[in-house]
Amino acid sequence: MKNVSRIIPCYAADTSGVCSALYELGGMTVVHDASGCNSTYSTHDEPRWTRMRSNIFISALTEIDAIMGNDERLISDAVSAAADRRPAFIAVCGSPMPMMTGVDFDAVAAEIESRSGIRTLALHTNGTRSYIEGASEAFEAVIREYAKECPRCGGTGVNILGMTPLDFPLGSDASVRKWLGENGLRYVSNPGMGGSLGEISRAASASVNLVVSEAGAAAARYMKETFGIPYVYGVPYGKRFAAKLAEHLKAVAGGADLPPFVNPSDGFEDADTVVIGESVSAGSLSAALWADLRMLPKPMCTLPSHRFFSRHTGGEISAEEDIEACLADMKPKTVIADPLYKYVVPEGTRLIPLPHFGFSGRCFERDMKALINTDIKEFFE
Amino acid sequence: MNAAAGRDKPECIRIADADPGALFPAGLEYNPPARGMWNIVHTGMLVPEAQEIFCCAQGCLRGVILTAAEMFELDRMSWISVSESDMFDGTLESDIVDGTAEIIHKLGRRPPVVLLYLSCIHLFAGVDFGSVIERLSEQFPDITFVDCYMTPTMRTTVSPVMKMSAQIYGALKPLPLNDKAVGLVGSDRAADEDSELVKMIRSSGRKLYDIAYCKSFEEYLQMAEAAVNISTIPTGFLAGEELERRFGAKHLHLPARYEYEALKANYSRLCEALGIDTPDFSDDIAAAEQALCEAKQVIGDTPIAIDYTAVTRPFEFALLLVRHGFNVRYVIADTAAGEEEAFGELASLVPELLIYSAVNVNMINMPEREHEHILAVGQKAAHYFSSDNFVNIIVNGGYYGFAGIAKIAGLMREAHLEPKDRAGLLRLKGMGCASCLL
Repeated sequence: MKNVSRIIPCYAADTSGVCSALYELGGMTVVHDASGCNSTYSTHDEPRWTRMRSNIFISALTEIDAIMGNDERLISDAVSAAADRRPAFIAVCGSPMPMMTGVDFDAVAAEIESRSGIRTLALHTNGTRSYIEGASEAFEAVIREYAKECPRCGGTGVNILGMTPLDFPLGSDASVRKWLGENGLRYVSNPGMGGSLGEISRAASASVNLVVSEAGAAAARYMKETFGIPYVYGVPYGKRFAAKLAEHLKAVAGGADLPPFVNPSDGFEDADTVVIGESVSAGSLSAALWADLRMLPKPMCTLPSHRFFSRHTGGEISAEEDIEACLADMKPKTVIADPLYKYVVPEGTRLIPLPHFGFSGRCFERDMKALINTDIKEFFE
Repeated sequence: MNAAAGRDKPECIRIADADPGALFPAGLEYNPPARGMWNIVHTGMLVPEAQEIFCCAQGCLRGVILTAAEMFELDRMSWISVSESDMFDGTLESDIVDGTAEIIHKLGRRPPVVLLYLSCIHLFAGVDFGSVIERLSEQFPDITFVDCYMTPTMRTTVSPVMKMSAQIYGALKPLPLNDKAVGLVGSDRAADEDSELVKMIRSSGRKLYDIAYCKSFEEYLQMAEAAVNISTIPTGFLAGEELERRFGAKHLHLPARYEYEALKANYSRLCEALGIDTPDFSDDIAAAEQALCEAKQVIGDTPIAIDYTAVTRPFEFALLLVRHGFNVRYVIADTAAGEEEAFGELASLVPELLIYSAVNVNMINMPEREHEHILAVGQKAAHYFSSDNFVNIIVNGGYYGFAGIAKIAGLMREAHLEPKDRAGLLRLKGMGCASCLL
């Protein structure tokens, strides 16, 4: 069965994606769920929880409120908390129980906004989907809300879209900014890590968007449609691939009619190495392994992804039995994946651990690798 | 100056102004990063050789799976995820049965017991859990399936922690009751061997059962012979009641108390049930007094904050300390249920004592506020008052009775003298469990 797992974990859910995407923007995020359910996010999905405060709260939904359809409690509690916390905006999102009872989050958000006078965004999570979907909706929502038409900034301005600690170690925002600077590109905004609403308001001054995870794709598409800003998928892993990605960004920003991907070298039919993970990361790392080390990898996308990245395995593969079967069929020499994939790696295949916070949470946090714009030889050869 | 002044929902209140029946209005909740308390995964792992199977939405699965991963027990944890369509296409129950069967076939070993957890949405959808268990039991007659509940939405009717504390005995089968066997039930940690409670049971010549001591499923099954089961914490009450209902074993609820007469009354009930003479506790009380006195000499007038996760009766514990001259300034608790008497007395002795909510949204910046140096009792107190001098216990630390009071007094003295690695300790889930974060 596709929804069964004997041993490997599941990825962080959509509610965590929302919270993670909005964490640093000065808003107040309210997850409509039972008391205590916020500890999953704050313990396992959010490495910033102990280092940086953010107004992320739970509604403490009770059985009686669910049965009686008492949305008023959620609304009035959110308005009360907003009066005390004075956030820049409010976001409300749902979990499995509100899905069952059919809570109308658009109406709830409108009511909260009307009473509090604070812009309130409705996000339509239900706790059954992955963090990519939640973060994607959140990123798109804040870009739609706060990015305004403005003149292009000088130089080649870049927004970084889709970056959260669920996919990237803390400090990755600074690494990407440094890489941009070294390549003559200008940082404009990064809503997920190190960014602010002020930055987002100037996001339309960028010449190109860099989509570093599938969670940033919807916002990028919106900005292309609305502001005419093109986008490129990729994470600047390694040295050579990072340089190629920078060149591709510049060319696309300059109006070149190029696809939003660097080149097809992110995967090979005769690959002997599989990189498992979030699609843009796995695809970029595969490309970097080829560009920098001449390894023959291909990505296995275990989360919602663009067809470009998942084509090598015939689409996304998320069920434990499918991952196991696919690896058994391929018999790769090497798998690069989160350490908790060890349970499904075939005997005789080498596993190079690459901790992924959105999968194993804090378990291997101290072993997370900084691969952006750096020599990756020591990690993978 | 009171930082809570002017708030729509203030995070603290003077005890003299507080209604013990309703300390704080309900509202949105914050989750502080103090992870020592156990959850239903930790508790379930107490059942030797058990396989836990969780059936719920991805968002709910995530926390339980990673709890198991962090404690190196991932091989005893499996799951079935519930999607949106499962809720409406009529497969909700069959998915549980088929998924559980598939997991068992894939395990490569036969667990003697499967703890099958359903979630809020299953109960809300009216899943017939009894029928699910029946169908699985027919398919796997050699496995005992225990119905378990991850139902935080239903916490006001079925507290998940209390229910789980009872369900871990769900795989026991009736045995002839043995008058020479006593069980300690419903607690996630073994009772302190130095407590009068344990000493009295052992010196009466009785065998003492506690799930925390069980190393094999066979040993676990023997617990069913206990003729008397004792629960000592509020969340353990249901475990004792259920065992009395199922096996006829007498249940004694002897809650951990911080009041001498109440403790004596507990022990009288125990002696009556065991048919033994009530000992003289003068020496034990003197030892507790001595420990409190020594702690006071070291701690002096240092302000003290106590939280509800450290001791099950924080107001009664505060009262004990105040009566012994300690400067108890703060209690962190969202309820005073069952402690009304101690609460009232504390309010008259220390009307300025501040009660803080543990979950109020305005507590989020509490650690960054300026605090006087605090001796904290409990992890949440340590976090909120930014104190490295803290007693690192949960749920009374397993301590009980006069000896327990003496030991906690000793821990307070120690905590005052020796700061701890607060960040390192507070991040560990399930105090006492193995952790990959160490």
